[in-house]
Amino acid sequence: MHTVTVTPDEVKKIGKLANLPLQENEVALFAGQFTQTIAVVNELNEIDTSNIPATYQVNGLTNVTREDKVDMSRILSQEVALREAKHTHNGFFVVNRTIDSDAEELL
Amino acid sequence: MKQLHELSIKEVHDGYLNHHFTCTDLVKHFLARIEKYNPKINVYLAMNDQILAEAAAIDQEIAERGITRPLLGIPFAVKDNFLTSGIVTTASSNILRGYKPQYESTVITKIKAAGALILGKTNMDSFAHGSSTETSDFGPTLNPWNTGHLPGGSSGGSAAAMAAQLATVTLGSETAGSIRQPASWCGVTGFKPTYGRVSRYGIVAMGSSLDSPGPIARCVEDCALVTEVIAGQDGKDATTSPSPVEKYSTNLGHTDLRGMRLALVKEYLLPDMREDVKNLILNSADKLRELGATVDEISLMDPHYAIGVYTVIQRSEVSSNLARYDGVRFGHDRDTFCEETKRRIMLGTYTLSAGYYDAFYKKAQAVRTKIVDEFNEVFKTYDAVIGAVSPGPALPVGASKNQPMFGEMEDILVEPSSIAGLTSVGLPCGFVEGLPIGLQITSNQLKEGTAIKIADCYQTHTDFQLFPDLDKTL
Repeated sequence: MHTVTVTPDEVKKIGKLANLPLQENEVALFAGQFTQTIAVVNELNEIDTSNIPATYQVNGLTNVTREDKVDMSRILSQEVALREAKHTHNGFFVVNRTIDSDAEELL
Repeated sequence: MKQLHELSIKEVHDGYLNHHFTCTDLVKHFLARIEKYNPKINVYLAMNDQILAEAAAIDQEIAERGITRPLLGIPFAVKDNFLTSGIVTTASSNILRGYKPQYESTVITKIKAAGALILGKTNMDSFAHGSSTETSDFGPTLNPWNTGHLPGGSSGGSAAAMAAQLATVTLGSETAGSIRQPASWCGVTGFKPTYGRVSRYGIVAMGSSLDSPGPIARCVEDCALVTEVIAGQDGKDATTSPSPVEKYSTNLGHTDLRGMRLALVKEYLLPDMREDVKNLILNSADKLRELGATVDEISLMDPHYAIGVYTVIQRSEVSSNLARYDGVRFGHDRDTFCEETKRRIMLGTYTLSAGYYDAFYKKAQAVRTKIVDEFNEVFKTYDAVIGAVSPGPALPVGASKNQPMFGEMEDILVEPSSIAGLTSVGLPCGFVEGLPIGLQITSNQLKEGTAIKIADCYQTHTDFQLFPDLDKTL
């Protein structure tokens, strides 16, 4: 069975995908540890699973839906929803700008 | 005569009805114990500052109406991943430091409706990512039997609270072993209900296809009494089962186990397992035979494959569940995640990423099917599968350091049943070197009553339900 080596560059890429800021020492540490973990996971290839379907849900429930109507018991008031946010403005969450700063401003 | 912290739920209720003590007495007794012992073992992270007022209201209710609610006046310790309105909930993480939940978990709503009180919130591995409580951002919990050892995890705070008798009963949650393993390391009784039997709503999510909330208590009886309150379908968790909830306590008090067929899994007596631990499991099998059950040796897939399956499924689900922590609506920035959390999110991101999904995620879910099929076959013949919870007793403090798969390796014997969504009791079956060892009794999905019947009969016919003398051990 071939071994999979997770490289520091791959770790950086995963960090970006996962939106996790990483220190340089963490990159090297994680690359080594992920390589070890994947080696354990790869032992699963010793088991023949051809024609075996995947199990994503174990208790057999499928397509559980509810009536498409507003359920007030699931809804937070605006005041409560905003309560734990660090930055709010006029009843909204304040978020970092996600569009390019050189993009044309919409007024 | 027993002291107030030594009482089961029924004994507390008897005490209330016979006017031996009030709910306020009981709560004050626990608060004094917590003040005395908590600094030595780091169990509680946050306390309920309304509890004396709540206890007074319960005393009045008991005086006026008696005990009409099943958990009336029962003080709980609750794992810090259950959202509790009015009490800070952090899942032992810095990213949720100071977070006051805007809503409450269904389990908490249910125990409160049943009359329970919450003393406080207990330490855990950060986001439940671990089996030691050493990944907590607020320091590890120590094992009340021996503070040089870990309590296990991730529900280590709740298990230690129970062993130290700092609450009448506690709540934990299990993804793979996080109820049974700390219960085993602390010598108390943990109950993992079937996946989907107890609502996950309002519990900080880890592996959503696996997470199962449940009690850690002093005995099987208390586990049954709590589970029959918290189980049931919940419109806020689509994976909860619509089947009616049994009255689990009707399975208690059997004097023998005649007619029960049990399976002892050969592969679960691991080749590198300590002989004294193996012997305790074999002795338990003999005890169960003595009680009238048949115990056959059977063969199942080598449990070390479950490590790979669990690692992939859990980390994949973690990467998805923890994407919501963006520091915008609540909590702090993502750079406050601890190293273990980052490791899990990232490995899950990797196994789900383009080009690797089939090789890792789909492969793991296919092996999961094989594990499920094997158990289905076993339960055609047997009422329960038995084995050790953990390969050995509680490990020393520091054991999880630099072990990126510590939890997965330690939980090898409980991962298969979790992967298949089964129900299982972990309960004490003896001691090695002064530390408790746990036996697991695992039954098929929705057969909580069967597992409880066997475990309760075993427990009431053995003498392993012991608690440490904290004035000596701490």
